[in-house]
Amino acid sequence: MEVTLKIFRYNPEKDKKPAYKTYKLEAIEMDRVLDLLEKVKGYQDGSLSFRRSCAHGICGSDAMRINGMNRLACKTLVRDVGVKITVEPLLGLPVMKDLIVDMEPFFANYRSVKPWFINNDPEPDKERYQSPEARLRFDDTTKCILCACCTTSCPSFWGSDDYIGPAAIVAAHRFIFDDRDLAAGERLKIMNEVTGVHRCHTVFNCTMACPREIQITRAIGEVKAAISTGWLD
Amino acid sequence: MITHQFEVLVVGAGGAGLMAGLYASRSAKTAIITKLYPTRSHTGTAQGGIGAALGSQEEDHPEWHTYDTVKGSDYLGDQDAIEFMCNEAVPAVYELEHMGLPFDRTPDGKISQRPFGGHTNNVTGKPVRRACHAADRTGHMILQTLYQQCMKNNVTFFDEFQAVDLLMVNGAAAGVVAIELATGEMHVFHAKAVIFATGGHGRIWEITSNAYAFTGDGPSMVMRRGLPLEDMEFFQFHPTGIYKLGILITEGVRGEGGILINGKGERFMEKYAPNVKDLASRDVVSRAIYKEIRDGNGVNGQNYVYLDVRPESVNRYAALDGRKNLDGTPLHLTGEDILAKLPDIVDFCRVYLGVDPVTQLMPIQPTAHYAMGGIPTNMFGETLSDEKNTVVPGLYAAGECACVSIHGANRLGTNSLLDLVVFGKHAGLRAAEFAKTADFQPLPDDPTGFARAQFERVRQADGKENAFDISTTMKKVMFDDMGIFRSAKGMENALKVVRELKQRFQHVTVTDTGKIFNMEMMNVWELGNLLDLAELTTVAAIARTESRGGHSREDYPERDDKNWLKHTLAWVHADGSIDLKYKPVVITRFEPKVRTY
Repeated sequence: MEVTLKIFRYNPEKDKKPAYKTYKLEAIEMDRVLDLLEKVKGYQDGSLSFRRSCAHGICGSDAMRINGMNRLACKTLVRDVGVKITVEPLLGLPVMKDLIVDMEPFFANYRSVKPWFINNDPEPDKERYQSPEARLRFDDTTKCILCACCTTSCPSFWGSDDYIGPAAIVAAHRFIFDDRDLAAGERLKIMNEVTGVHRCHTVFNCTMACPREIQITRAIGEVKAAISTGWLD
Repeated sequence: MITHQFEVLVVGAGGAGLMAGLYASRSAKTAIITKLYPTRSHTGTAQGGIGAALGSQEEDHPEWHTYDTVKGSDYLGDQDAIEFMCNEAVPAVYELEHMGLPFDRTPDGKISQRPFGGHTNNVTGKPVRRACHAADRTGHMILQTLYQQCMKNNVTFFDEFQAVDLLMVNGAAAGVVAIELATGEMHVFHAKAVIFATGGHGRIWEITSNAYAFTGDGPSMVMRRGLPLEDMEFFQFHPTGIYKLGILITEGVRGEGGILINGKGERFMEKYAPNVKDLASRDVVSRAIYKEIRDGNGVNGQNYVYLDVRPESVNRYAALDGRKNLDGTPLHLTGEDILAKLPDIVDFCRVYLGVDPVTQLMPIQPTAHYAMGGIPTNMFGETLSDEKNTVVPGLYAAGECACVSIHGANRLGTNSLLDLVVFGKHAGLRAAEFAKTADFQPLPDDPTGFARAQFERVRQADGKENAFDISTTMKKVMFDDMGIFRSAKGMENALKVVRELKQRFQHVTVTDTGKIFNMEMMNVWELGNLLDLAELTTVAAIARTESRGGHSREDYPERDDKNWLKHTLAWVHADGSIDLKYKPVVITRFEPKVRTY
């Protein structure tokens, strides 16, 4: 079948402003949008620039807007989106070239929640014990691949200069609800600041966008509840 | 040109690079440069587990792990290094746990372990639970945890900096030249010690589980500076890749009780590995699948077989095999168990195949997966320059790009994650120690000259050839003739084709003349690496007239310890000619014997 790809193009070295270019190519239903982008780059326009690596939804490199939804190009098949496909960079982060956005603001937000394990008690000789139930408590938020699909689909993030966004809260949640970690209080304080969870208005765009199917809005709700009740159960 | 100075420079930010950076930065001024954001590294795609004889749930010993790894390597692994790794495995896994890694847990709160191919109880010969896991995303959790620890410890990162040349002065490492992708600027990283942790080169093959990024950058840079690569003819084909796409389906599926079924509905692994059946070593299982396909037992006459993890099948075969839970009750899985233990596998099958593995069969075929060969090192990560094991001052390598050798001719599942944690750490420690007493080598007069010339040549080329075509042709011939089964005739053909492609590659140019994120230029440079390594791999394979582990020849079907119990070292000279030399395998406790599962 013939597929039409309409791709957002912008090269700051040459272009005054972005423009859409259209490419037609042969594809099958099971082709990934990433496969199509590779073919366009290989045979029609070598200058088309985008990030990609693992090509099966784990590394998080190729998040982009496909037919208006934030998705991973390697996890979106022609079967899912049809033969007319519009591909654009993520919203809310500066475009550097074509489908490549500046990820630094996103990672700065991530770092701001202290996304690392904190427990200064002496380490045991073996593992710290943890019950399967306690492990399950934060299982969902350990799946995050930092692709930014959620944060860049959030109207509160678009409309604000300093909201840390859903992905950073997911990272905080992963540690706040890990009973081996001893810095929940510190993190909840960060979450309670004006740049934190209160900017979330439960639009659910993040949950819809997550390619890992993390229940993000729910995780944010759990952090909000922990702030208001002081409970981590 | 921008120049930086660090005592230790790490290239690559997967598990090995992060571990090296974490340890080196404790006592030396250290930076990590990486062509991807660290969390995009291929370590993140490892699924099933990291091997360590913790004995959480049943009796196990590092000695057993050592023997299994030696046997798995088809006796080509160096036994001193293997023993070192398997002993270090236990504290290494506890260290990861102390760093916060969310392993799955046993009912009593310990790290949960699952069986994996080739890992056995050495007394009974039956599979042992040795793979420490976090669902089927163990690599993801290791990568995230190590990156988090690096942030916590303020390790310096240069993200999206592509290393393109290794600087060597007075026979020692002097630094690395890298391109900042966002600006196209060349940077010189002047360093006392350089650690390569750049990963594998599986993109040489058509069907592969490997990321686009796996283009053998480290080995290529080292090779172009006149240093040898070791055991390049040994490349692992993982038995279970998603049909046509090659996406990895973890061995953990079989660890949880999944079985392989041919087109006739037979559980064929009984024929090839009567003792451990579907949990034999990867080379054994991949060959069995290929034989089934060749004998007309593929599904619908196609090049695939089925992997079956439907609960009713798992439970039926578990009963036949007498597989039991640890409390002695019969193994019994439900659909919910599959979803809990293998969520990503279920997701991949649904997305890419439209198949639900809880109720349907998964079509699979072997997929190019792991480089056993690479930059020769000793067990401290020090790079070696010849068959006498002479150390190159200041140059280190760890992880898949290195060849210690612990994997020999065939790597056991779970040992790659272990490799990068153990040897990443020791390379980092050793490099930092070296940097304490060593001086900086002077930089060469024109440090970026060699790298600039490579890019200039591409810009000036006539553009008569297309990079995508060359890449496609290389992958196909390497998969057909340099894959699971090899013969002189096929390999000679592969070599001829790859050499023609290298000529055609001289005519490849780029349409993108800009500097900002010129991914076209980077991808062309990476293709050059793949072509060089494909040639070297094929030359080394043609020379080895035996079958061992991942190198399986139809014209020489037997292992030949008399002539070939030795490592290959391959040099490429400036005129393109390739020299092969050999060095002995280190054998300490385990004399080679016939390998059956």
